[in-house]
Amino acid sequence: MKKAFWDRWGLPLILLLIFPLTILLPRSGLINPYIDLVLKYIGINIILTVSLNLVNGYMGEFSVGHAGFMAIGAYVASILTVWVFPPQWEAVLFPLALLAGGAAAGLAGLGIAFPSFRTRGDYLAIVTLAFNMIIKSILENLEVLGGPRGFMGMTKLTTLWWVYLMVILVIYLARNYVYSSFGRGVLSIREDETAANLVSVNTRQVKVLTFVFSAFLAGLAGGLFAHELQFINPRSFTILKSTDMLVMVYLGGIGSLGGSILGATVFTVVMEGLRSVLQAVGISQEWRLVVAPLMLILLMLFRPRGIMGLREFRFLLPREERSEVIRAAREAARAKAVIGEVRS
Amino acid sequence: MTLLEIRSLTHWFGGLRAVHDFNLDLLSGELVAIIGPNGAGKTTVFNLITGVYRPTQGSIRFQGRELVGLPSHEIISLGMARTFQNIRLFRELSVLDNVRIAHYARTHYSVWEALFRLPRFTREEERVRHEALELLDIFGLADLAELPAKSLPYGQQRRLEIARALATQPKLVLLDEPAAGMNPAEIDQLMETIRWLRSEFNLTILLIEHQMRVVMNIAERIKVLDFGQTIAEGTPQEIQHNPLVIEAYLGEETVL
Amino acid sequence: MEFYVQQVLNALQVGSVYALIALGYTMVYGILTMINFAHGDIFMVSTYLAFFFSTFLLATFADLPPVMAFVATLLVAMFGTALLAVLIERVAYKPLRTAPRISAVITALGVGLFLENFMVAFKPVGPAPRFLPALIPQVNYTFGGVTVSSIQIVIILVSALVMFLLDTIVRRTMVGMAMRAISWDKFTAPLMGIPVDRVISITFALGASIAAVGGTLYGMAYTIDPYMGIRIGWWAFISAVVGGIGNIRGAMLGGFILGFVEIFTPVFLPSTYRDFVAFSLLLVLLIFRPTGILGRPIAQKV
Repeated sequence: MKKAFWDRWGLPLILLLIFPLTILLPRSGLINPYIDLVLKYIGINIILTVSLNLVNGYMGEFSVGHAGFMAIGAYVASILTVWVFPPQWEAVLFPLALLAGGAAAGLAGLGIAFPSFRTRGDYLAIVTLAFNMIIKSILENLEVLGGPRGFMGMTKLTTLWWVYLMVILVIYLARNYVYSSFGRGVLSIREDETAANLVSVNTRQVKVLTFVFSAFLAGLAGGLFAHELQFINPRSFTILKSTDMLVMVYLGGIGSLGGSILGATVFTVVMEGLRSVLQAVGISQEWRLVVAPLMLILLMLFRPRGIMGLREFRFLLPREERSEVIRAAREAARAKAVIGEVRS
Repeated sequence: MTLLEIRSLTHWFGGLRAVHDFNLDLLSGELVAIIGPNGAGKTTVFNLITGVYRPTQGSIRFQGRELVGLPSHEIISLGMARTFQNIRLFRELSVLDNVRIAHYARTHYSVWEALFRLPRFTREEERVRHEALELLDIFGLADLAELPAKSLPYGQQRRLEIARALATQPKLVLLDEPAAGMNPAEIDQLMETIRWLRSEFNLTILLIEHQMRVVMNIAERIKVLDFGQTIAEGTPQEIQHNPLVIEAYLGEETVL
Repeated sequence: MEFYVQQVLNALQVGSVYALIALGYTMVYGILTMINFAHGDIFMVSTYLAFFFSTFLLATFADLPPVMAFVATLLVAMFGTALLAVLIERVAYKPLRTAPRISAVITALGVGLFLENFMVAFKPVGPAPRFLPALIPQVNYTFGGVTVSSIQIVIILVSALVMFLLDTIVRRTMVGMAMRAISWDKFTAPLMGIPVDRVISITFALGASIAAVGGTLYGMAYTIDPYMGIRIGWWAFISAVVGGIGNIRGAMLGGFILGFVEIFTPVFLPSTYRDFVAFSLLLVLLIFRPTGILGRPIAQKV
């Protein structure tokens, strides 16, 4: 009885207990602002990694321009909080701004979904990169949004607890998506798209859903990012950012949410750690930027499936997918068949 | 009742005519085989029927409904299923998932219901899981439900492919060389399985096969293709003694 | 009228460079069906090779005749860049030839970014833009209302010569035939006795050295910086796709088309729209005619 209780309520309880910590720790000064910042970045990066993993990892597609979606989310959320929302209600309406940013990004996701019907592989990679460049180009040309100089004026609405809540929400939704018929459809596209179509999977529908959902998540992260930095410009969302996302996905493990959490955490910590190390040793910070591409190359050469590969942490699996539950279901199915036989 | 009606089916790949004026009337419950030398266009016919290619010319009607122009997944949902010459399972996915995926079109919940785990989702998922496990049990694969499909031996992979095909609750099943790579004992079992499938699930079967024993023993009617054209059609006995057929396969008159 | 002639000349100048770089993309794609995303950055490295060598050369031999200086720089840049490309191919691409496609794509991206950021961090280079020392005296000739600079003439002529040479190599030599054979049928080619690995390395070397020609020429007319690989490399890549990737004549055609886009867009729109036009062109093409203007459609067997 005890085990069953922990099995079902253990994780939610732990998550609930951590929540007040995320409010108190930064406020009380028990963790310094730098740690607070790094934790927030880890959270934002987790969301970005999950977002890209859905498309590149689970679906096996080639999106290498996801920073474009992040940009859209960042700008839309910022426009809302800076120009539209009355200042006294900013903090309360913040989640709305984030959702709006995500929705706008999701809409843009449609823009990638349709080309993906006809192009695959390298070509889709180019399409997504072109898309990234076009977004950047449009933003640079929109003087009203600050053009190349960027957009500023956001209040630092991104608190550690907001990031925490968002991360939990994102992982919850992503997990639910993956362990559903849509998620299975996503995996089938990766394995064999033609065969998927021939077992009744509406691959177009699945692609649209996945691209939109993924873009939405990246947009959410963009909104959080914007309200942490309080300043965004088109140059924050180029292929360099997309590459960071790629590293995190492939580091953690394609097709694994646990892997995304790991990959994002390891990458963020390593990059921040490098900052201090380089400073201590006296090497210029510019060498940090060499690390991510190098990691990417090494990953592709030696461990393309990442730390977790296709495996998943047990606590992330929905109950029905766990082995014991499947076994029990199998026995139940058998028992029913036997009864049916006996009766007839 | 004519389940599948094909008229003047013709298909060109660039300058190559792969199928020429193929016609077929398939009645409910029949078991018809398509045979012919390699490259005769047999798999192309299957691809045309299931919407992988859109035919250059011709019409395909399934239960009265025109299939040409429909996307594959829709054609499958209308009640058709197919297996492949070289097994095309979802190798990294579990045995159970392979079967569950085939339930895609018959799963009735929306994305929102899935994202937020609303009651309808839970109910449907349970139903799908149950049906999938039942089907696997019939094929003796239920104990392997969680294993990745790629880890199964060849024979079981073939069975899984058939189980997956049946998960869509088809009326018509297209089997593409199901006996490929099997030894005589396995072939005997396969023939039993096909006969059993047909009666147990009320299926109509269209079969491509090279192994003459299978074709001669279970097919009611045979169509022979060569270079995309139908060169003969009839019962196994008629085909066996048809000189055109013999020539197409062996290049000269031989006694079978 | 003179205005348009002038712009056409400018477009030819810029387009020549794009064409030269596009050739590298297209040759590698033709033979490996792989998009070498690092090619633009290889071009960038070539400009720095030209920069360092020419600076050194002219500092040491101050009265070297311009033609010699130019040719020497060209050869050194070509050789160095070819070496770099072959190294990259052997270390990063060859091991992934049998891996899923996405690994190669991402590795190529990684290599490109690595080169960029390395050059930025590497002290002797750094992010600041540089000028190449004058290898050829800049002389302007004027006809009617049109001004042509000596550098412009050199760029256009040398490019044309190189493209002609490449076309000849591909169509008239054994190596060229081997390259085409591999691009048509990667599996049978080795069975016919073609040393596939060697030919692939040669292809990379060739593509890179041609890009180095473009790099040297470019350096003579414009400033260079480590991030130019993104701008120029991408435009050259779009050229290759527009013309038909895998098709050498297509790359040349595409280069000139993009040259015209670059020069003539500011005539009709604010110049900041150049990127937007180029990438939108790419997107439209990829969706409606992915094989480009001169490309051949690929059939798939199920």
